[in-house]
Parts: sequence; C-alpha cells; structure tokens
Amino acid sequence: MTTILIPNAAIQLDDVSFAYGADPVLDGVSLAVAPGEFVALVGPNGSGKTTLLKVLLGLARPDRGQARILGEPVTKLRERWRLGYVPQRPSVSADLAATVEEVVAAGLLSKGRWARRLTKHDKDEIDHALESVALADRRKVRLVELSGGQQQRAFIAKALVTRPEVVVLDEPVAGVDAESQRRFRDSLVHLVQLHRSAVLLVSHELGAVADDLDRLLVLRHGKIIFDDTPAELRASGVSLGIHPSDLPMWLEELE
Amino acid sequence: MIATLPLPWPFDRDYMQLALLAGLVVGISAPLIGTFLVHKRMSLMGDGIGHVAFAGVAAGLLLGVFPIWTAMVAAVAGAVGIEWLRLRGRAAGDLALAMFFYSGIAGAVVLSSLAHSLNASVLSYLFGAILTVSTGDTVVIVALGLGIVTAVVVGWRALFAVVLDEDAARVAGLPVTGLSLGLAALAAVTVVAAMRVVGVLLVAALMVLPVGAAQRWAGSFFGTLVAASGVGAASVVVGLVIARVWGVAPGGTIVLVAASAFALSSLRDRR
Repeated sequence: MTTILIPNAAIQLDDVSFAYGADPVLDGVSLAVAPGEFVALVGPNGSGKTTLLKVLLGLARPDRGQARILGEPVTKLRERWRLGYVPQRPSVSADLAATVEEVVAAGLLSKGRWARRLTKHDKDEIDHALESVALADRRKVRLVELSGGQQQRAFIAKALVTRPEVVVLDEPVAGVDAESQRRFRDSLVHLVQLHRSAVLLVSHELGAVADDLDRLLVLRHGKIIFDDTPAELRASGVSLGIHPSDLPMWLEELE
Repeated sequence: MIATLPLPWPFDRDYMQLALLAGLVVGISAPLIGTFLVHKRMSLMGDGIGHVAFAGVAAGLLLGVFPIWTAMVAAVAGAVGIEWLRLRGRAAGDLALAMFFYSGIAGAVVLSSLAHSLNASVLSYLFGAILTVSTGDTVVIVALGLGIVTAVVVGWRALFAVVLDEDAARVAGLPVTGLSLGLAALAAVTVVAAMRVVGVLLVAALMVLPVGAAQRWAGSFFGTLVAASGVGAASVVVGLVIARVWGVAPGGTIVLVAASAFALSSLRDRR
C-alpha cells in the first residue's frame, strides 16, 4: 500500500527502515498525519509499533529514512513543547509522593523553565489541562492515591499542558476503566477539533474513539498494510468495537 | 575554630560545634540527592561511590595529598562511570554498581598496603570521625553542601521529570544523559562531604533512610525533599546528643537515629 504524503504534514515518516542486528523491524514505512487529523495506528504484537514510535519521537535512529515533526527532522526540533507525548502508563513507585499538579507541571519543562517557580500563567495552563481530563479537583492529591485510569489521565494532562500541535499516544488506555476512557476520548476530540492538533494514537483498544477517527493505519511485519478510513476496514468485516469479531481478535489472526 | 559560640550543652565545646555544623550540612544535603536516587531505584549508589571514594582516600594518603581531594576525583569518576554504564545499557544498574563497589574497596586495600597506612587515619574515613573534624574540613564540607543545595534548588524540577519517565523527558527535550551524569556527580560530592561525618561505609544510609522516613508523610515531591532534609538534620542533632551522653560512636548513632525514624514512619500506611 502506498501512502500519499501530505504537504505540511504535522507528523511524517519517509521510507523509514530499522533493524535490530539482522532482524528487520520496520521496512520502508511512510506515513503522514495532517494538522487537525485524528489517526490511529494498530498492529499485532511484534509488528514494529513500539519501534515506529521510538523513531517518530527521536528515541531511536532509523537505518534509512527520516521522521519529521512539524516539517523538521524530529532530532532537530527545537520547540519541543509543540510535541506532546503520552507514554504507556509509567511504573510509578508506590512511595512517590508527587502530586497530580507536580506531574502536570513537569510537562511545562519542554518550554525550558527549569529553575523558575510556577507563574500565574503556568498555573492557569495546569488548571486548563486538568479540567480537560476532569481531574481539576484532584490537583493536590498524590498521584499514587488515584486509580490507574486517573493516573493515566494525569499523564495525558502533562502532555497537553503546553497545548501541543502534535500529540503522540502509546497505548494510553490499556487497562483503564470506562469512565477514564470516555474522558480520554473527550479530551482527544477537543484537541483535534478546537486546537487543530494532529493526533497519532497507538493502541489495541479503539472502542472509545472508533467513531472519531479520521484514518486508521495497520502495521504488520514492519509494513503499513492498511491506510484508510475506519469505515473501509469495517466494510471488510472488521469491527472496531468490543464484539467477538473486533479489532484485537483480527490483529491476533494477523500475527 | 574562630570562636566558641554560647550554645547549650552538649554543644558547648568547640569540637561539638564543628561537629554540629558539619553534621547539619551533611544531614540536610545528603537526603536531597538521596530522594532522586531512591526514586531512580538506585538507593545503593551511594555505597558504590563510597567504596570508590575510599580508594581515593588511600591514594591521597599514599601520595601525601589531602585525601578529600583524591577521594573527590575517584568518587566523581566512579559515579559517572556507574551511570554511564547504566545509560549505555552496557551493564544492569546493580551489576555496574557491584563492579565499582568491589574494585573500589580492593583498590583501597592495595593502596593502603603500599602506603603501610591501614591505621587510624584510614579508619576515620571508613567509619567517620565527626568529633575530630577540623575547621578546614568543616569549611570544605560547608562549601560542598552549599553547592549541592544550590544544584537541587535549580535542577529539582528537571531531575523530577527524569525520575518520572526518562523517555518522556527526552521527548520533551531535556538533556537526560547530562542530568543523570550530573546527579551521579552530585552523589559523589555528597559522599565526599559526608565521609568524615558518618564514614564511607554508612554514607549511603544518610542519603536514603531520611527519604524513606519522609515520603510516608510528605504530601508532595517537593515536600519529600524538604522533609527528608529535616529528618536528616534532626538525626544528626539527636545522634550527636546521644553520642555525647553515652560516649558511643557518633557516626553509627546518627545512622541508627535515621533508621529509627524510617522504622517509625513505616508504621504509617498511606495506601
């Protein structure tokens, strides 16, 4: 399948290949996500999703090709606050006394304000990010006292606090309760529709956002084998919901 | 000592006042660095650095150089080496630590035997000798402590982001490698500052135990830093008083007080 590269793409991979030793993981992957576009990337275990994300975020150097964010090679992107990243829920030590506010404030460091105390503007931005994930009332609570879903919402707020134009999320709702999934969906739709952010979501569980996606990419054996609207995938008999014939089952069959 | 201050017993003697000042500086600064090490799951790093620093002390005694400076060179090199091996994935964190830990103590034994100096002078660095710190020692300890506190005040938010998630910190553009190596170097400076107070064998305890005690009570990460320093300082004061009253070894007493604070705080279940 050939991906048509979008001019002025917010996220772009050009013919990226990557191998661990002699094992190829990504094989000439090209993709693009435009501003205001909500795209999901799915694939069975071992398809290369994690490596693709690492290359995209500049955490791994590809053997061939290039990753670009907002038109710049990702490793040379200076205005890092324009890129928001939500990792799989970090394994936070149960003894970490950090508050939700401290975690979200850490997201502001991409603007390079290490030594400065939080300003009124910073606190307003933290408020806004926490409201977008419905955690405003938990601001002073210790992160480890929240449920798993609420903790993940705090990390989403951390990524959104700089109002980034590009948001990349890695399995953000794995094992998260239904309420948090709904809040998560609302905050992503808000980002795409109001802020025209480009969102790339890597996940096995698309149920919560299935109706909101503009495009779906399927990665298998290091190649993009599907790049079209979710409706096209549904037309071929694959549901994105929670039915027996849904996406996770279909992905397992691809393995 | 320039002048003895009119402090109440047991801090009425000049050697006790020097011990109090040196101890407070170490008690406040060591847990600041320890907070980050604990959350990076590198609680024993101070031990590894301590053993390398001990080799530096032995080298100083062999060469006739002020041992604090040779210990500083060895400790910083060792700490950066441990962190470099971990970051590069050349060795697991604990294996890298073990390599430096044992090489350090073996180097110290060999250098001491060359200098024929396995004596009281070496033992004062191994177990601490806070009651014999000189004015010169105290000036060095205060200067190192001020450097540590300043570095943490400036860099705690960035170090906290690294503790939270290294990959996310890299994506945010933070110099994670530089920050990690900087933290390792600060840990080395802390070890050297604390060496005369509690000794290289116990220095890691003063970095870690107050943190363990504080994090059960603190309501925030910043609160943990402040409370851990408070527990560290209180442990020094109480430890010195007990040591003076009963005539026991002050370094070990200070650490036992910190361990008691940790044990008591563990009774509180916050989860």
